[in-house]
Amino acid sequence: MSKITEPVRTNEPARVFELFKTMCLIRAFEERAEDAFDAGFVNGSIHQYIGEEAIGTGVCANLRDSDYILSNHRGHGHSIAKGANPEAMMKELMGRVGGTSGAKGGSMHIADFSVGMLGANGVLADGLTMGVGAAQAISLKGEDAIVTVFVGDGTTNRGPFYEALNWAMVYALPIMFVCENNSYASSTMTRSVTAGEGPVARAKAFGMPAFDVDGNDVSAVDTLAADLIGRIRGGGGPQFLHARTYRVKGHISRDKMLYRAEGETEEHWKDEPIGRCAAWLATNGIAEDEVNAARDAAYARIDAAVAEAKEAPFPDASLAYADVQDYGPPEPWAQDGSQDGPQDGSQSGSTS
Amino acid sequence: MTEMTFADAVREGLAEEMRRDPLVWALGEDLSTAHGGTSANQYTGLIDEFGPKRIVNTPISENTIMGAAVGAAVAGTRPVADLRMADFGMCAVDELVNQAAKIRYMFGGQARVPLVVRQAIGVRKGAAAQHSQSTEAWYVHTPGLVVVAPGTPADGRGLLKSAIRADDPVVFMEHKDLWVATGDVPDDEGVVPIGVAKTVRTGNDLTLVSWSKMARLCEEVAETLAGDGVSVEVIDLRSLWPWDTAAVYASVRKTGRLLVAQEAVQTGGFAAEVATDVTEHCFDALKTHVRRIGAPRMPVPYAEPMENEYRVTPERILARARETLAA
Ligand SMILES: Cc1ncc(C[n+]2csc(CCOP(=O)(O)OP(=O)(O)O)c2C)c(N)n1
Ligand SMILES: [Mg+2]
Repeated sequence: MSKITEPVRTNEPARVFELFKTMCLIRAFEERAEDAFDAGFVNGSIHQYIGEEAIGTGVCANLRDSDYILSNHRGHGHSIAKGANPEAMMKELMGRVGGTSGAKGGSMHIADFSVGMLGANGVLADGLTMGVGAAQAISLKGEDAIVTVFVGDGTTNRGPFYEALNWAMVYALPIMFVCENNSYASSTMTRSVTAGEGPVARAKAFGMPAFDVDGNDVSAVDTLAADLIGRIRGGGGPQFLHARTYRVKGHISRDKMLYRAEGETEEHWKDEPIGRCAAWLATNGIAEDEVNAARDAAYARIDAAVAEAKEAPFPDASLAYADVQDYGPPEPWAQDGSQDGPQDGSQSGSTS
Repeated sequence: MTEMTFADAVREGLAEEMRRDPLVWALGEDLSTAHGGTSANQYTGLIDEFGPKRIVNTPISENTIMGAAVGAAVAGTRPVADLRMADFGMCAVDELVNQAAKIRYMFGGQARVPLVVRQAIGVRKGAAAQHSQSTEAWYVHTPGLVVVAPGTPADGRGLLKSAIRADDPVVFMEHKDLWVATGDVPDDEGVVPIGVAKTVRTGNDLTLVSWSKMARLCEEVAETLAGDGVSVEVIDLRSLWPWDTAAVYASVRKTGRLLVAQEAVQTGGFAAEVATDVTEHCFDALKTHVRRIGAPRMPVPYAEPMENEYRVTPERILARARETLAA
């Protein structure tokens, strides 16, 4: 029961330029998020996607709003690429009204269900099994949609990875697994704790078509993703995309990377995807001015998003009681706004 | 006495036990990198002294970290499994609850499971729903497990030693905010026995029972109340199972009033166990019903005003203490 799908024409300057713009938006978001974190506007921790932008961008360029993605802890880039609103995301990071998750989740729990972004995740590998479920739902409802799950190299050592791949194959589900291999899992070099030949070999062991790509080449990712997604839409079952990249930044923004060899990071910066894409555009007919203007526009948009988020109010404490569950009585004081008794509202935003 | 952080004290305690007993070893993610384990460097340098057979840097494989600890324990070693956060500990609840907690009993006493599993609890600012949970009650509810939740560097070191030496599986819960907190640590062996509370302040008007970071907040509250001329006895339980009923009963018989403070969601929490138990055993001595305070029944929210709404703060404990005193 294969469906005919229009092949995507990748590698065209106009298309690649659009991918470039998305990557710049992600890069700007991540850099400004770090500044905001350092200035005390963001709590917890942030896992940046810097240097890995080409993967989410190239993959999501081939997805529709009706397709689902499931992300992990490093989810800002996936969200932006899938069409989540960066302004709302920045508000989420700063814990303000108008955040993507109503400021309930923060950086590690960005989600935008309106564009099929079913959530970043604080627990490794859970996106894989939930992705399988989303694909089951698509097949149950007879929808013309697919699921994409992003998974880090380190996470391929968790059991749910194998359960999900096996299950997806057994039921021939419309799902693509994208392994973002940035060589590291926190402070551990993944290969030091990983047997065998890596994620592609592991996927193939389940009989799953699995392909390797230079994850810092946005066009290459786009081309492979277009092919694999076309196969899935045509009823070809699960596909595995393995993208080689490198985590040029710390695991979290304040990670000083003491575990890295001298010069290692610097060497890899030379290979980061935005510079490579800019070079490609320059030799493929997009004027340097245009490229620079696009980059500036991305930073201008994110700077405005930061300014807007800083102006936005903090949510009222009473909102903490919303959305816990339907059944069962809420805490008795939830109506007053706080367990400390009725609030006059002026307190919101003026915490510690 | 030497002043050090909780993380350093516990690391010292682990190193001392590893020197003492060659069958003590540790396993977990990122334990042997320069990063030294989780964000608090609890394992920094241990790889150099003990090598990769005893400081095992594991793949991201929570089920196997916990399962391997169980297998290694029944096979005659004393593993310390680090699951980083109680939230990730949930990935391995099966191995801990269905295996570690059951093996001795289910197999008729043929085997013992002398392992320690470290799981960090508590709200760390901005860590939100999946990195801030306090799950100690889950494990107290599980027969076969010992649960400890030390609240000072000295107790962290001393209880880790007891946990390692114990032949029962021990859930060792450390609060993320405490890792950087400092305190005096004894220069001697400093073993703290399991099941023995510490009365950190004596008083006659009210008994405040708590554990982990909350016990430190209770000390603050007692200090504030002392300013009002009220004398509060503060008991840091340190161990939740078994817990020191004798110390708590004796205190309640003296003060006639009890408030139990916990950071976890109040509903179904360990404070409920303490409150009920004391009511059953000391009813005659109580001047008013036992009270408890815990977090509202909600996941931990991210934004600061909502996160503050979730928190059990000194002000909230104080208000509940005043209510208990006035009743
Ligand atoms: C079940 C679980 N175990 C451990 C962690 C802690 N943790 C968060 S990210 C991470 C490393 C993940 O590495 P990888 O999958 O390669 O993704 P990357 O960070 O490189 O994008 C670890 C160990 C977690 N969040 N969840
Ligand atoms: Mg990685």
